[in-house]
Amino acid sequence: MNADLILLRFGELSLKGRNRYKFEQAMLDHIQSLLAPHPRAEIRRTSGRVLIELNGEPYEEVKEKLGRVFGLSSFSPVMRARLDLDSIRQTALEAVRAMDPPPRTFKVQVRRPNKSFPYDSPRLNHLVASYILPRCPELRVDVHNPDAVLQVEVRDEEAYVFSQVVRGLGGFPLGTSGKAMLMLSGGIDSPVAGWMAMRRGVLLEAVHFHSFPYTSERAKQKVIDLCGKLAEYAGEIRLHLVHFTDIQTRLRQEANENLLITLMRRAMMRITERLAHRHRALGIVTGENLGQVASQTLPSLHAIGSVTTLPIIRPLITMDKEEIIRVAEQIETYEISILPYEDCCTLFVPKHPSTNPNMQVILQLEERMSWLEDYLKEAVEKTETMIITSSPETNRTSSADPMEELL
Amino acid sequence: MLYFDHAATTPPLPEVIDSVARTMAQYFGNPSSLHRLGKEAETLLRRAREVVASTLKAHPDEIIFTSGGTEGNNLAIKGAAWQYRSRGRHIITTQIEHPSVYECCRQLEREGYEVTYLPADASGRIDPEAVRAAIRKDTILVSVMHVNNETGAIQPVEEIGRMLRNEPRIIFHVDAVQSVGKLELEPARAGIDLMTASAHKIHGPRGVGFLYCREPIRLTPLLSGGGQEGGVRSGTEALPLITGMTKAFRLAAESLSENRAAMYRLRARLVQGIGDIPGLRLTGAREAERMAPHIVHFTMPGVKSEIFVHALEEYDIYVSTRSACSSGSDEPSRVLLAMGMPPEEAASGIRISLSPQHTEEDIDVLLDRLRTVAERMRALQKQGGKK
Repeated sequence: MNADLILLRFGELSLKGRNRYKFEQAMLDHIQSLLAPHPRAEIRRTSGRVLIELNGEPYEEVKEKLGRVFGLSSFSPVMRARLDLDSIRQTALEAVRAMDPPPRTFKVQVRRPNKSFPYDSPRLNHLVASYILPRCPELRVDVHNPDAVLQVEVRDEEAYVFSQVVRGLGGFPLGTSGKAMLMLSGGIDSPVAGWMAMRRGVLLEAVHFHSFPYTSERAKQKVIDLCGKLAEYAGEIRLHLVHFTDIQTRLRQEANENLLITLMRRAMMRITERLAHRHRALGIVTGENLGQVASQTLPSLHAIGSVTTLPIIRPLITMDKEEIIRVAEQIETYEISILPYEDCCTLFVPKHPSTNPNMQVILQLEERMSWLEDYLKEAVEKTETMIITSSPETNRTSSADPMEELL
Repeated sequence: MLYFDHAATTPPLPEVIDSVARTMAQYFGNPSSLHRLGKEAETLLRRAREVVASTLKAHPDEIIFTSGGTEGNNLAIKGAAWQYRSRGRHIITTQIEHPSVYECCRQLEREGYEVTYLPADASGRIDPEAVRAAIRKDTILVSVMHVNNETGAIQPVEEIGRMLRNEPRIIFHVDAVQSVGKLELEPARAGIDLMTASAHKIHGPRGVGFLYCREPIRLTPLLSGGGQEGGVRSGTEALPLITGMTKAFRLAAESLSENRAAMYRLRARLVQGIGDIPGLRLTGAREAERMAPHIVHFTMPGVKSEIFVHALEEYDIYVSTRSACSSGSDEPSRVLLAMGMPPEEAASGIRISLSPQHTEEDIDVLLDRLRTVAERMRALQKQGGKK
């Protein structure tokens, strides 16, 4: 398709009243940053429309970038015509011929904000359709249920011709819902949860708990790679790596085996909350999914969630595993998530974790753990932060640098 | 000493030796081990694969590390022929391939495959039309080298690749051992499915190379084992050799156009000089762009190649007769016979192969010695004639 322009549509945004401008601007900033590799493309606002002027940049590549923009409900590649009948007709014919698959039926829809154009809308509608029909012998007009709607918009300086409508991701522009911490394990669920929260306008910082030396550098690289995928939508993601080994081993010595997971999750939640305060985030996003494992029954979710007053966002809570996997495949995290490295949750898994932890027992146990507060503080202090971008080159862990000289 | 046998092997660059030594000392872990040393080795291996892939604009998963050109060609040809035998059992190749391709095809013939061996024209070039004409319904593989290792003739692999795009069932293999790092060839753009490369032809270490294998093509492995290299090439990865190779390919890719221009200048000087020496006949096309920048080949009918090689050796100049892998035999060259040369001439081929580090003075010394040796040989021939 030989598009000159791309017409952007915002969907839900239009409901947002006075905030509309702010939201729109956030999204355009996001688009602008994604268009950095295409310096000739320009964003323009004209009379209620937002357009990308391609100026020769390849449509297909820009289209791919727009597929990563939250808040965009749909967009259309537009061909430009001069303000004369011949040019409009020829461009319209070209647009119809470029449709893939070729439509069997179509209709023309004309808008004419430029009232000085000599033909009015019904007249122009007829003039365009009657030019196309004899030149596309397979094509019929169907005004009720056409395969394709060819839109012609006559504006003050030029006319636009478009038909294809590409769905965007929808949701809200990045960052317009504030910031939250994502508890990122390395499994299938948490990256999907993070992506869905991001689509709702949440800016994310990821928190990952590792049990070095029991978990490997590979497990860490895996989480970095997952953040890299999320960064394709967010530009960059800050990743906080929490050293959890000490807490984990001490809990294992002192806690009832069937409550170990609950106590571990409570400790993780507390650390995440403190990191949230430190980084001015106002929520915690988790990949929890009702009933999936012992720690995700309602009693467990209650026992774990009650340690924090921050809102816990659980985008996957009622989804089916298959739906989750479908999203994971779509955002390309699935292949990374299924790599078989131990993470801190698969380490020391008890045989029979409780699905119905007794709150009173838990509170008593924690009361006796006078060491816990110091350990939590230390874990927060020793947390290592990395900035992950979508380009894998920059996401090497530091040990990789001397390697470059060898290659 | 003047070493003019760079098509046989090249001296490794100091940077390459350094990479190999430091990898051996610092990254001795097995990339498959779970501990940190293994992880570091794996990361280095992954980086190396990315760098090698980037020199060909390929995806890292499309690079299979091998022990060199012979293994790469064996894996490509047998691996593809075995994997896709249910599609058909006909293979097209040429009469001028390296023995590691040629002998693979001979083996497959013994296993019941049919192989068409296309001849070359007098300039040593394969006609793409002949490839097209040889295609049958049951053809599964076409294997044509990029640069002939004996004559230096460039084969029209890009034209063949373009033509084979219309034949999605046929896999196209290119033995690019003599050209990788010297001539530009991006397999994905050229329609190539499998491409063999070897490190020691471009100042890398011996015993290592790679095979480009376009996704989603699968090959039946030659070796059974631990499933390294995506299951296609088992065996603990030779990380020191791989980093050394990566260094060599990267350096070659970075200075490819300068090196190519430098060698073409030297080649032009050498070709002109040889043309003026009575008794010597240049092989190949007159147009320089049809010949590889680093190889010059000539014959002296009636003089066995080996005698000529030893005569030059007396002056501390080292040249070659043909593929180092076949030069021990006394037979006329299979490649030259395939170009239609009479056996007497085909037994007299001399290959001179250059490096970008050679100078014009080196070429002039070589020409001087070639003239002397050729004169001596002609005198011997005349004496022989009198008897």
